[in-house]
Amino acid sequence: MTPISRRNLIATGLAAGVSGVAAARLATRYGLIPPDSGGIWGAGETLTYAAQRILTTHSLAREFPRNLISKAPFANEVAPMPPAMKEAFQRDWLLTLDGMFARPVSLSLSDLKTLPVRRQVTEVVCEEGWSYIAEWIGTPLVEVLHAAGLLPQARYLVYFSIERDWWDSIDLADALHPQTLLTYAMNDGDLPVPFGGPLRLRVPRQLGYKSVKYITRITAADSLKPFGKGLGSASPEGGYSWYAGI
Amino acid sequence: MSPASASSGYAKLQSVHGPAPFHGPPAARHPAVVRVTHWITVIAFFGLLVSGVEILISHPRFYWGETGNSLTTPLFQIPIPASRATVPTGYGYVLPDQNGWSRSLHFQAAWAIVLTGLLYTIAGYFTRHFRDNLVPPPEQRSLQAFQQVIASHLRITPPTDGDALSYNVLQRVSYLVVIFILFPLVIWTGLALSPSFASALPSTVNLLGGRQSARTLHFFVSGLLFLFLIIHVAMVIVSGFTARMRAMITGSTTRQETPEPIP
Repeated sequence: MTPISRRNLIATGLAAGVSGVAAARLATRYGLIPPDSGGIWGAGETLTYAAQRILTTHSLAREFPRNLISKAPFANEVAPMPPAMKEAFQRDWLLTLDGMFARPVSLSLSDLKTLPVRRQVTEVVCEEGWSYIAEWIGTPLVEVLHAAGLLPQARYLVYFSIERDWWDSIDLADALHPQTLLTYAMNDGDLPVPFGGPLRLRVPRQLGYKSVKYITRITAADSLKPFGKGLGSASPEGGYSWYAGI
Repeated sequence: MSPASASSGYAKLQSVHGPAPFHGPPAARHPAVVRVTHWITVIAFFGLLVSGVEILISHPRFYWGETGNSLTTPLFQIPIPASRATVPTGYGYVLPDQNGWSRSLHFQAAWAIVLTGLLYTIAGYFTRHFRDNLVPPPEQRSLQAFQQVIASHLRITPPTDGDALSYNVLQRVSYLVVIFILFPLVIWTGLALSPSFASALPSTVNLLGGRQSARTLHFFVSGLLFLFLIIHVAMVIVSGFTARMRAMITGSTTRQETPEPIP
């Protein structure tokens, strides 16, 4: 083995440092850094998110023939709701779009149903390991974003459940994706409450927990810092990854 | 000595220095790249194992095909309590949820082990590590050679000088299986579980028979890797823990106490 000279060592160290800083700058510029990139798991989160954004920005989640729809779909239990919240389920559901939109708007479920419909048979994959296939029917999120005039400086869509501690966000790659669906029906009927009805945002290229149930508000933002602890969603605050495409 | 066998590390040493003296000076054993990648792999594999078990506890049921959940019939179920109340386990209690950090550790360790594995494979190719040290030399490529090694293992024969400096056919074959079959399989079955990766390359899942099949296979291949780990560590302990650890940490080894004719 040839001895390593001090000059070589310093030169290599400097080169590595400079290219590291340059790589970090480029990654930030091209949106490859997730909001939960800090902390001990930041390296893994960043590598995963960056790799997926380079490889899979436009890929489509697998769709299945209707005969593969699960006879026994499974839904996690919903925590009991206070009476005031229950009432909202009786009225016409209202979805508010605010933040970086040219025309912020509130849409009722009936309004949503006048927009183009998309039906897709996709799999729900829970981080615990189980899964089922269902047909999901609703309005592609991108239609609503166009209708409300998403401003060019927006980089994230933050969405909130009627359950106050449940909120999440996606980047533009997922927000503008044709399969990201404001879902109001499932299989042959309305979307049942345990599965997220009246309105659930289905993000089929990510794990089930990104598909937040009972959506009431979508905010367009250029940064995730002002929301919660600034980690992008309630999930990282509970120890889970923001990006759940794995 | 045949020219082919001269390529193995020990034979090379012998051809240069003549028959190796017992209790001689330390002899070179493992190159730095092998040692560094070995120990990073050890740490990452331990992280993957612990976090994998933790993730498994949240749903200790396995299925075959595309889908499966608590309402469908499992292929088999591991008889342990679960960390989720929705899983029918037969136990009256639920374990604490550890999936958050377990998942982050699992994927971070996966990145570490995959990148380390890439470095090892590229270095191994260019330094002739695979050809010289792992592919069995011609004289080991026979049923008799296999039987000989197995017989000496069953008789618990003390390791020879040759064993300290080179691998026998059983070691070579199991290392090759782990490096070129089990690790690629565990990476493949793991990637198949990523909904985003599967959207870009659907065949990763479809070729395995569906998502739940991929999960079940991931579990079994991990089990085989764990089995390898147990046997590997047991053999290291039996054959001389200090000498083997020294070889994998410092890169050099001492010769064995018991002289044996070199085959």
